[in-house]
Amino acid sequence: MQILISNSSKEPIYGQIYVQIKKLILTGELQEGQLLPSMRQLAKDLEISVITTKRAYEELEKNGFIYSIVGKGSFVSEQNMEMMKERKMKVIEEKLFVAIQNGKEMGLSLAELKEMLTLLYTEDE
Amino acid sequence: MENVIELQHVQKSFDGFQLKDFSVTVKKGFVTGFIGGNGVGKSTTIKLIMNLLQPDSGTISIFGLNYKEHEKEIKQRIGFVFDENIFYENVTLAEMKGIIKPAYLNWDDNLFNHYVQTFELPLNKKIKAFSKGMMMKASLTIALSHHAELIIMDEPTSGLDPIFRRELLDILHDLMQDGDKTIFFSTHITTDLDRIADYITFIHNGEHIFTKEFYKVEEEYAIVKGGMELLDGDTEQEFIAIRKSVHGFVALTDNKTRIENIFGETVLIEKPTLEDIMFYTKKGSEKHV
Repeated sequence: MQILISNSSKEPIYGQIYVQIKKLILTGELQEGQLLPSMRQLAKDLEISVITTKRAYEELEKNGFIYSIVGKGSFVSEQNMEMMKERKMKVIEEKLFVAIQNGKEMGLSLAELKEMLTLLYTEDE
Repeated sequence: MENVIELQHVQKSFDGFQLKDFSVTVKKGFVTGFIGGNGVGKSTTIKLIMNLLQPDSGTISIFGLNYKEHEKEIKQRIGFVFDENIFYENVTLAEMKGIIKPAYLNWDDNLFNHYVQTFELPLNKKIKAFSKGMMMKASLTIALSHHAELIIMDEPTSGLDPIFRRELLDILHDLMQDGDKTIFFSTHITTDLDRIADYITFIHNGEHIFTKEFYKVEEEYAIVKGGMELLDGDTEQEFIAIRKSVHGFVALTDNKTRIENIFGETVLIEKPTLEDIMFYTKKGSEKHV
């Protein structure tokens, strides 16, 4: 399980761990039922405090990505991929809608917006 | 969560120094970093926890037990680690073991040998020839060999070179793996804490300022930078302390969200270091005197 922590990032460390494990689960790199390293082991490996990994695991558990069994550890939950994808699509739609509204306010055409989107999309790659 | 150390409303006065209504708890299975400047009460607090000093009033309990009735039991379960030599200088570590071993019911020779090997400590060299780093390792070895559940360290990293400091933090990470041990250590080298501390307890002028999860400190406190025109009698009240110059101001807040709401985009908001928090808190308390 690869996790990279940036100490200079504005994102808190537990947030970085949360995002990266979530991504590993959503891309299927971590499979349903798979055992995650213990909080204490992960803290040692990443050279960070236990409370930080604990917070990340708690957030992952709260949002249904993992579950814990006392004395056994934390495991990847069964993910309903279709539903998750739908939910994500909805968020993207909403954000795009806001961008379109903003664009319309200042009279941007669809072509101009598309151009902007293409530019931003390729820049991020 | 279980508290290993509990101080409730502890008062302790000396000439010119006072620990005031000091309450603090230390959680089992975690590392608590105890920070504060020189002479603010860190060592006094540690001495109270070790029963080397008794409070004028208030209660102290360790593992849920009080010293009056359970001193022996508590001391069996505490390991005190230091880099100063409190061993006899003219003996070897092997001889020192012979002296200390009978004092502990849970002494474990296998564990002792294990750590002597891991730390590459010489058994037959006189202790006075040990470096600070070796002394620290020897002291830790003794603490671990009697299965101490609570490890107290007074400024463990001061006087150690950066490489050994990293090594020590690795050792501490190893110790924390089973979740049964608790570490409480005072320091003023705050950067060491980034890697290991779960909780931060901050003391200033004999007063407990806060005990918080490390990440919460970073979430709540912030360094705020902005132009002098933003400051007036009202807005200045929002900060713990402010450093002003002709180029603008730098200030510390313990309520980041509120500052974001008040000043919005007009200021720069940055993550504070523990040193920032110590510096501005001291500055802020001077202002009120």
